[in-house]
Amino acid sequence: MSVRLAILDSGHGFGTKGLFALIRTVSRQPVLDVIKLVKYRADFYGGPMQGVTHEAMRGSSTWSVGDRELMAAFVAKTNQCEFCTKAHAAVAQRAYRDTKTVSAVLSDLDTAAIEEPLRATLLMLGKLAREHAVDADDIRVVLAAGASRQQIEDALAVCFSFNVIGRLADAFGFFVPGPKAFEAGAKYLLARGYR
Amino acid sequence: MSDIRQARKALTSRILEGGGKASPSDRRAAFNNSGLAEPLGGLVDKVARHAYRVTDEDIAVARESGLSEDQIFEIVVCAAIGAATRQYDTALAALEAATGKE
Repeated sequence: MSVRLAILDSGHGFGTKGLFALIRTVSRQPVLDVIKLVKYRADFYGGPMQGVTHEAMRGSSTWSVGDRELMAAFVAKTNQCEFCTKAHAAVAQRAYRDTKTVSAVLSDLDTAAIEEPLRATLLMLGKLAREHAVDADDIRVVLAAGASRQQIEDALAVCFSFNVIGRLADAFGFFVPGPKAFEAGAKYLLARGYR
Repeated sequence: MSDIRQARKALTSRILEGGGKASPSDRRAAFNNSGLAEPLGGLVDKVARHAYRVTDEDIAVARESGLSEDQIFEIVVCAAIGAATRQYDTALAALEAATGKE
């Protein structure tokens, strides 16, 4: 099982292939297809995209890293992207040190035990991803729930990144590995971020 | 506050205006999800609207139409970033309408 474009699986330069071998040795897991994508002709997509995603996910924000990873997983779930949902649910669980809340949000947002500003923000992101648009009234609901203007802007940045990454994961047909590979990925993303 | 404005601008100008294997006009059309002939038009529309429906066959058809893998890679990247950009811009406009411009 490999990605739909052979170049994304094996078209990398010699140095990058060495890096993949190192990752496999250290993590004792296969290299995730998302890593292979960002490392393929990195000047075209991977490099500039990682700049956006790192700022959205790890730049200063009053949302915690766990909150933003949860938003990423939620947007991915709305887009029906299995790879990104599992990958970022794993990161959110690790960041929160709590598996129940993340599962609860992904299975039933209305009843999950989270703060109202976060719930309202997730609902709005879900509508945006599903219907490709939100209007001023949708935003007013989030503001009324207690989220700030800046928090909404920060959440939209997360949504932007995962609208891109999820589409690519599905279009290129990323292999969805078992939980251990996503655990290794989550550890890396919490230690190093997206750069 | 995280600020992705500069990084997003750099990303968009790289994929649309920088060098590539697909023509700048095809990359722009993929970004806008408009004006591409089949089979590329159908693939780009799927990526933009419901990427989870893309199949092995869709990519195979694009390849059989004479496109290289690098061209398909670039076109799909542009389609995804274009779709995400439209959602982001629409939502930011709604945010400005709800709060007044800063």
